Amino acid sequence: MTQEGSSTRHRDLAGALKHAALAALVAFGLFSLLVGIRTDTGPGGALELSERFETLAVLVAVAFAGVFLREILFSGGFVEAASVPESIRRSAARITQFLGPGLLIFAAAAPIIFYNNRYLLDLSIQILTYVMLGWGLNIVVGLAGLLDLGYVAFYAVGAYSYALLAQNFGLSFWICLPLAGILAAFWGVLLGFPVLRLRGDYLAIVTLAFGEIIRLVLINWQSLTGGPNGISSIPRPSFFGLPFNSEEGGFAHTFGLEFSPTHRVVFLYYLILALALLTNAVTIRLRRLPIGRAWEALREDEIACRSLGINTTNTKLTAFAMGAMFGGFAGSFFATRQGFISPESFVFQESAMVLAIVVLGGMGSQIGVAIAAAVMLGGFEFFREFQQYRMVVFGLAMVAIMIWRPRGLISTRTPSVFLKKEKPVDIALAREEGRG
Amino acid sequence: MEYFLQQLINGVTLGSIYGLIAIGYTMVYGIIGMINFAHGDIFMVGAFIALIAFLALVAMGITAVPLALFLVLLIAMALTSLYGWTVERVAYRPLRHSFRLAPLISAIGMSIVLQNYVQIAQGARVKPLPPLIKDGYTLIDSPIFVVQLSNVQIIVVVTTVVLMAVFSWIVAKTRLGRDMRACEQDLKMASLVGVNVDRTISYTFVIGAALAAVAGIMHLLYYGVVDFYIGFVAGVKAFTAAVLGGIGSLPGAMIGGLLIGLIETFWSAYFSIEYKDVAAFSILVIVLIFLPTGILGRPEIEKV
Repeated sequence: MTQEGSSTRHRDLAGALKHAALAALVAFGLFSLLVGIRTDTGPGGALELSERFETLAVLVAVAFAGVFLREILFSGGFVEAASVPESIRRSAARITQFLGPGLLIFAAAAPIIFYNNRYLLDLSIQILTYVMLGWGLNIVVGLAGLLDLGYVAFYAVGAYSYALLAQNFGLSFWICLPLAGILAAFWGVLLGFPVLRLRGDYLAIVTLAFGEIIRLVLINWQSLTGGPNGISSIPRPSFFGLPFNSEEGGFAHTFGLEFSPTHRVVFLYYLILALALLTNAVTIRLRRLPIGRAWEALREDEIACRSLGINTTNTKLTAFAMGAMFGGFAGSFFATRQGFISPESFVFQESAMVLAIVVLGGMGSQIGVAIAAAVMLGGFEFFREFQQYRMVVFGLAMVAIMIWRPRGLISTRTPSVFLKKEKPVDIALAREEGRG
Repeated sequence: MEYFLQQLINGVTLGSIYGLIAIGYTMVYGIIGMINFAHGDIFMVGAFIALIAFLALVAMGITAVPLALFLVLLIAMALTSLYGWTVERVAYRPLRHSFRLAPLISAIGMSIVLQNYVQIAQGARVKPLPPLIKDGYTLIDSPIFVVQLSNVQIIVVVTTVVLMAVFSWIVAKTRLGRDMRACEQDLKMASLVGVNVDRTISYTFVIGAALAAVAGIMHLLYYGVVDFYIGFVAGVKAFTAAVLGGIGSLPGAMIGGLLIGLIETFWSAYFSIEYKDVAAFSILVIVLIFLPTGILGRPEIEKV
């Protein structure tokens, strides 16, 4: 090693130490009061202080070590994501090609494999609900590029529509399901019509406000919605008219099976799987239709769209209504599965969660959203003891994804329009046209 | 009439708090064109820091209220601006050239992080603080209704007016203010003529966070309670105030804050207290539809 090399190395080390010391100082400032001192309500109702200086010291040390290592290993700034070799990329593409069908077969077979594991079945139903919500929101965020922070409002509209229609008018699930979807889409249009002219981030805040308005109305309109107590004993779904009970005329009796409560769970599983696949199929079809292409064009450049004569308001409105409708479907499924709904289930956190699924999965990628939903809910379930920490990790993940992989972790979005074969251009013809 | 006057006083107090938070939104939006979604949570962090700082001071034996308040003000402003600076440095600066929605999504992530971090560190329960500043003046002592102006309300309004004056002076007269105005007009051009854009943006976040910290202290004094969730609702309302006044405009943020405070107070007083948040959020929707540039805002010109 030359003299010069070792001297730059010394300077690097000194610089790294300086940066690390600064980071430690900042960390000390940040955590000194909020972590170092804890307030608890004492017996008299007044707050009492207790110190936690060890935790504070650990956090400061972690900040110091983290920055120091980063400076040493990557010497200033983050490394760009290493470019993946062509061969690996090609085999990855081949894997992802089979990933979709593989996952589908697995999803279809899951209730048979895990028939005796009620816990896993419930978890998978929950995951599939979020997959469906993610795919629904994907139409709005991923395809049309409209940031909707109040998606949960449509979920709530769907859930309450089903609950109220079923309780007050005795309508069955199969009649309420489309009605709930239509009502949610109607709300989407009602909200979307005036606000969709706004710029992207204004739209985000307005949808957020709308989500909160719906929630507050649900809490306060006690005579209709039951207020904070919610609506309970919502009718359970039946197998096309056959209820899931042990009585005569029930599902088990009709098919000559022994009664088991798992039947209903399995039925719910297939129901949400079918609903989610419907969402997926509709999205894929729509992407090939002019309206779907208009959505994607709108996401890329709104001004160019307007110049080409696309009615941007109508285009946005259809995306909004479509997303809302699937949210409504998912909502009524949620209501019938839980049998009980309350405004607690429709808080902003829920919207943020669905948005995070779409963002993590790579906006616009169908399979990415599905995997993201499974990973996220699976992870949440796995780290159940760390309930609060997982939300912090979840928020940090959103930031990290935006910084390092803004197109999503698993993003494999294929272009919806491409040339099958490169057409050779006739130079003479091109010249001819150019002159003409 | 007496009742009306009382509500007016309450509304102006509340509006001052919203106005202070709204300045943070409007400045950041003016300069880098993003909605700093985590700003409401910075306000909440400020309130918590103030609470802890005050309790720590009392534990150390400093019980004279004016001195303690002054120290709390200093500590909370300093530490909260550190939060503002860190959030910008970690979550927004790397995204300056990313796609349109990236900073907003990152900001939502930061908001979730701050909320849950405070919840972990300090617990989810509501933290009460016994009233520090008592008494006040009775303005009208009629048999129907007694109109009162408490000392807390005076302090909130006076502090807000003083801070607004200082802040307007910074923006109008100092070097930093000039840099900020230059960045607001054109980031790239400002950097070409020698304005340190990154540093200016950092200062903007620091000032915004410091004002939010003051708002946090005011909230703590006025209501006497804080919890980790106050940032969300206050944040959306302050954003509404910024939009109502015309986003990017500083006097607009103050006027918008006052209007939102007044509307909320009068709505609770004359209609229904349950729907006061609905009223505030509906105003946001209505203003954005019919008056997207706000009261003092300039129309946005779209460039290709």
